[in-house]
Amino acid sequence: MSAPFRLPAGGRIDRSKPLSFSFDGKSYPGFAGDTLASALIASGVHLMGRSFKYHRPRGFLTAGPDEPNALVGVGASDDRYTPNLRAPVVELHDGLVAESQNRWPSLSFDVGAINDVLLGRFIPAGFYYKTFMWPKSFWKSVYEPKIRAAAGLGRPPKDPDSARYTQVYHHTDILVIGTGPAGLAAALAAAKSGLRVLVCDEQPEFGGSLLHDLSSSIDGKTPAQFVADAVADLARQPNVTLLTRTTAFGYTPHNMIGLIERVTDHIAHADPKLPRERMWHVRAGEVVLATGAIERPLVFPENDRPGVMLADAARAYANRWAAKPGSRAVVATADDGAYRAALDLKAAGVEIALIADMRANPTGALVAQARAAGIRVETGSVVTGTRGRLRVKTAHVARLDANGNAGAPEPFACDLVLMSGGWTPTVHLFSQSRGKLRWDEALGAYVPGTSAERERSAGGCRGVYDLQAVLADGTAAGEDAVRAAKGMPGPSRGFMVTGSPATSGGYLGAVPHDRNPATVKAFVDFQNDVTAKDLKLATREGMRSIEHVKRYTTTGMATDQGKTSNMNALGIVSDSLKTPIPQIGLTTFRMPYTPVTFGAFAGASRGDLFDPVRRTPAHDWAVAEGATFEPVGQWKRAWWFPKAGEDMHAAVDREVKAIRTSVGLFDASTLGKIEVVGPDAAKFMELMYTNAWAKLGVGRCRYGVMLREDGFVMDDGVIGRIADDRFHVTTTTGGAPRVLAHMEDYLQTEFPHLDVWLTSITEQWAVIAVQGPKAREVIAPLVDGVDLSTAAFPHMSVRECKVCGVPARLFRVSFTGELGFEINVPADYGRAVWEAVHASGKPFGITPYGTEAMHVARAEKGYIIVGQETDGTATPDDVGLGWAIGKTKPDFVGKRALARPSMANADRKQLVGLLTKDPKTTLEEGAQIVADAHVEMPARMIGHVTSSYQSPTLGRSIAMAMVKGGRARIGSSLFVPMPDGVIEATVVEPIFYDKEGARLDA
Amino acid sequence: MLIINCPICGPRPEIEFRYGGEAHVARPAGTETLDDQTVADRLYMRTNPKGLHFERWRHAHGCGKYFNAVRDTVSDFFVTTYKAGEPKPDVAALLKDQAR
Ligand SMILES: [Zn+2]
Repeated sequence: MSAPFRLPAGGRIDRSKPLSFSFDGKSYPGFAGDTLASALIASGVHLMGRSFKYHRPRGFLTAGPDEPNALVGVGASDDRYTPNLRAPVVELHDGLVAESQNRWPSLSFDVGAINDVLLGRFIPAGFYYKTFMWPKSFWKSVYEPKIRAAAGLGRPPKDPDSARYTQVYHHTDILVIGTGPAGLAAALAAAKSGLRVLVCDEQPEFGGSLLHDLSSSIDGKTPAQFVADAVADLARQPNVTLLTRTTAFGYTPHNMIGLIERVTDHIAHADPKLPRERMWHVRAGEVVLATGAIERPLVFPENDRPGVMLADAARAYANRWAAKPGSRAVVATADDGAYRAALDLKAAGVEIALIADMRANPTGALVAQARAAGIRVETGSVVTGTRGRLRVKTAHVARLDANGNAGAPEPFACDLVLMSGGWTPTVHLFSQSRGKLRWDEALGAYVPGTSAERERSAGGCRGVYDLQAVLADGTAAGEDAVRAAKGMPGPSRGFMVTGSPATSGGYLGAVPHDRNPATVKAFVDFQNDVTAKDLKLATREGMRSIEHVKRYTTTGMATDQGKTSNMNALGIVSDSLKTPIPQIGLTTFRMPYTPVTFGAFAGASRGDLFDPVRRTPAHDWAVAEGATFEPVGQWKRAWWFPKAGEDMHAAVDREVKAIRTSVGLFDASTLGKIEVVGPDAAKFMELMYTNAWAKLGVGRCRYGVMLREDGFVMDDGVIGRIADDRFHVTTTTGGAPRVLAHMEDYLQTEFPHLDVWLTSITEQWAVIAVQGPKAREVIAPLVDGVDLSTAAFPHMSVRECKVCGVPARLFRVSFTGELGFEINVPADYGRAVWEAVHASGKPFGITPYGTEAMHVARAEKGYIIVGQETDGTATPDDVGLGWAIGKTKPDFVGKRALARPSMANADRKQLVGLLTKDPKTTLEEGAQIVADAHVEMPARMIGHVTSSYQSPTLGRSIAMAMVKGGRARIGSSLFVPMPDGVIEATVVEPIFYDKEGARLDA
Repeated sequence: MLIINCPICGPRPEIEFRYGGEAHVARPAGTETLDDQTVADRLYMRTNPKGLHFERWRHAHGCGKYFNAVRDTVSDFFVTTYKAGEPKPDVAALLKDQAR
């Protein structure tokens, strides 16, 4: 295999290491050091994909990360497949498998191209907004799938990503981003200060534009030698860290920079110990931005055919990768830089048909060099169109008259059109740092203005382009960073540059032509298929701000974020509106600079490590018993314990019946627990809860209600007084951190005079709930030193004692309405005590139950769950807890708010019970409630169902609901409209079982 | 990611902290002398300035202390932080210091 367009010598490829890869199933040769793009170009392949909207054939526009066209999917298997990679930055390795995207059935014959011929004129700017508006239901079912199928980018992989990703936190005194001439000079200046210096570059090797510069000389060395010496110098210094293949993609406040390092993608058989990518979170004292500049296309008709390429990109392919981008080139330019490209390509054996320079009288040294080299230069000339189906065959060149209008074109045969509209400084990171950009009229570019962070830009990214000046600028920036970091830069260093003439030029906007403006396509945004015509249409239809034009036309909204297109779009809009560019505005540069994999952001946080899982001491026991689990926050809670052949309904039915008739066993360890301790503990409790605490005796419990300052219920729980100065507070399962933070807040800021300590004890105590008529008999043999009789140990009591010989806090409490105990033992003993209780309960048929049975049992008793019955707008009275407010207390959090008139409004939503007419019908939780069965739409909702179950105890459905003026409606009928009919229900008191509470005191 | 200066621990990254709303808002305490409008204002009305904002933060994943801060809502950057209970700092003087 040989590559017909591989130059016989030169380039930075390693010809001793040949390798082979495939593109769209065909095998091609390449060398180590190639990119996918350079190897394909060396093989004469330019057709790389189909465009987004029109399915036009597209080739390589650039040689770097700004590439909008040549997007490929890479990966031999779906677990290592990455779509939408830019071919110019995909490093080649042996066996690499790549495929083109957005074509069917094949790249060279694509049926979607009919869009271009037939539909082209019907897909103008705002097309999506105008066409797919109606009917609304069509969007999801018809339009979106069709658009996604016909237009679009690559396919997502089918299998989970098998690669590993890591994250690193790093601190450095100085971070240098980019290692072209400016970055290298800055790094050299910074390194000798002895400060910690981190230098990164997105490319596989340092050097930037110097890597394809064959004509300049720096301090008497070739650019390649200069780079090699500079990198060796930097690598020698222990204070310097060098990162290649590392893109700075995001700039966040206080100099926190996100870097993504591609560790193994370029290796055929990587060490499995290595991650695929490493995300660096770098906190830098000072930052030097040396991110260079991006060449701009010229917006002339049919500027998108394969073979039409940015001039400096073609130069890079030839010089750096020894890949000849074509045989005969027409050069279209408005900038001196393209002359350098023409000269280098001529030297590489590419015939230059002519240089068509828009400018009437270009005078740079490079222009003279080109003429001296015998290259035909036509000034005041533009390309007005190209021909060729899958590769450019002809370029039409016309002269501009005195008014700037294009005359009759002359065709030039070619297989390559090089274009240059000048350069755009890469200000993305500066802009992300919230620095203010400044419009430089002379440069015709936005450049960094006022900084928001401790950073400075150097070289091309601030519009300094000439090599001598760039090196000096980089040195100055490096020294400035050292000065800012420690106050004394070292001795300054200069560079002697020859062979790099100064350049000038540049153009923003659409190139004049003599073609039919209604049908011709001159592309601005290649990736989103936005033409000059689209932008003009947007301004005609009233768009004025560039932000509006951008969204209307989608220019700059593709994955390349308009790197090659934004400035031309601004130029066209400015021209259409006859308004200077700075007044049109500039769209926001957003992270990431180039796409970053989700894997890198996730790092190790996948699968089991995605989120911590909290398990109770009895968790494994429940697993062994075959329990079903539900997540509650980060906890895994046993949901129900099915026996063979049981579904959820049958299991829950059995579990609830066991609680009511014998005894059930429940893992309540997830209950939030806080210990409130100190001389002022009771005073503090008086302020944090609505209830009265001062007179609560040691060994007694009380149900506490906690409000926010606005008077609404925030949390609840049973609280036991362990000692005069010690309360054992329980909270809802999910509420403990919130409650502790709330308590801390008041203790630290409003009541700092109180002598109180707060301690989270949720994980210290395992809680084993034993509930049911036989509960006392089950635990009695295990408890030491407590008289469990009702007289000695009544409902709502707590004792410190020993259970199974283990120090315990034994509560007599109930969330089921039955005689109940909650045994708190140190978590390490939780499993052993749990098993002992279970064994002791065996003669009584003790039944482990899960959260579902717990919910049903508590609903039968009308006990609320904060967050289910309440939604942050319920007062204690709304949910029937008015009795829990200490009326005579001078103060508690929420007291004054409760006195506001609206809090006593009779029309507030109040907690009620609902019994459906048909006892078999179970209402849907969250269903809305109306007062009239035959309401006109839209119906006026008067409430909603908060809890609803089939009650095994009552043998019928029960529900709780929050209903406007609900208590006054008791006895009346309300209606729940559902898709298949209106359900009638009677309003009742929200207690369905044992209203007197006799069973609690058994 | 911002660096926030905890008055107890010193400079720490933003992820260790939790925002706590506007600072120096008086609690509508149990006193019956407050009229309903004042109570509603204290509960619900906030200054929401474009510029310097007095606000509460908690070093949630550190010392756990609530403290107060002055932050510019335009730039996001903090001007200063100070312990809960301390008086509002003289912002004009602080800004002059920073400019210097
Ligand atoms: Zn702290």
